[in-house]
Amino acid sequence: MNDYEPRILALCCHYCAYAAADLAGSMRLQYPPNVRVLRLPCTGKVDIGYIMHAFEQGIDGVIVAGCLEGGCHFQEGNLRAKNRVALAKQVLAEAGLEGERLEMFNLSSAQGNTFAEIVEMMTDRLKRLGPSPLRKEILL
Amino acid sequence: MIVAYRKNIQDLTAQLAQYNKILVLGCGTCVTVCLAGGEREVGLISSALRIAYKLDGQEHEVLEATIERQCENQFIEDALKEIQDADAVLSLACGAGVQAIAERFPTKPILAGVDTKFIGILQEQGIWTEKCIACGKCILGTYGAVCPITRCSKGQVSGPCGGAHEGKCEVSPDIDCGWQLIYDRLKAIGRLDLLIEAAPLTDWSESQSGGCRKVVREDQRIKIG
Repeated sequence: MNDYEPRILALCCHYCAYAAADLAGSMRLQYPPNVRVLRLPCTGKVDIGYIMHAFEQGIDGVIVAGCLEGGCHFQEGNLRAKNRVALAKQVLAEAGLEGERLEMFNLSSAQGNTFAEIVEMMTDRLKRLGPSPLRKEILL
Repeated sequence: MIVAYRKNIQDLTAQLAQYNKILVLGCGTCVTVCLAGGEREVGLISSALRIAYKLDGQEHEVLEATIERQCENQFIEDALKEIQDADAVLSLACGAGVQAIAERFPTKPILAGVDTKFIGILQEQGIWTEKCIACGKCILGTYGAVCPITRCSKGQVSGPCGGAHEGKCEVSPDIDCGWQLIYDRLKAIGRLDLLIEAAPLTDWSESQSGGCRKVVREDQRIKIG
């Protein structure tokens, strides 16, 4: 699939990654349009079911982006998310889907450029991996 | 509580291969608390099974349900229709729950989705430890509420073996010496005198070695006439 463009879901914390994405926009930074941002009050809100359902529905990759470790607005939400992402990666691998399609990142609200780099990096990685075998040809 | 751990997804897909409509059935009691077979884990395992089957190009329907308790018939009735409609049930309950479902539905294939590990407690977040082997004759009162049969790696009731080093068991440095714990605890409650008398031989007749055990309470049985 030469014209393959990965579809990426970014589960972003309101206090950091979402603001960083906003900043990236304000800074007029260029990053791939493959990402769909979903704002959450904290990455601690990320239920493992959100990730699993996204993959079940055919998403190519999922980014979970939370605050820097030690900097969570709710003390340890990002640390909880880190564990859930690790478990989801393991279960996805057991089910036969590459764990690399899912990744957790930590950044602050001042790191608009980091957000753009993350999206670029994940887009490149998912292009290398190819489309999810569960992908459905629907318009997002 | 009874502590369990989820099975590998590949093992489950292999076991369930010949069934089309699969019900993943969670239990709302012990396995929910130890995060192995509650509603959330039912969602996780069901999703993983659906993904695994789709990747393998197989058509399986994976349904989800969770009941309050799988080890009691009264609660099993809550999932009666779902169980009847499924070709097979993947129970995420402990071994007792799986067998209770199987006894209630004699012709329905029931599979275990978790490995039942032991009777234990949540020691700290993410760590569960064994505290009781259900030997059938509790001697905790004599040992300061530290079970020598479970906590001593050798199950010794008559004192330490001499293999402990700095409070750790010779079996593994990760294991506390059960007898050190017993001594410290009895000292703390001022009852070291309990250790002076030699312990009688352990009565294993109440343990599992005599076969499947049963508790009969005539006062709880309703009889006519």
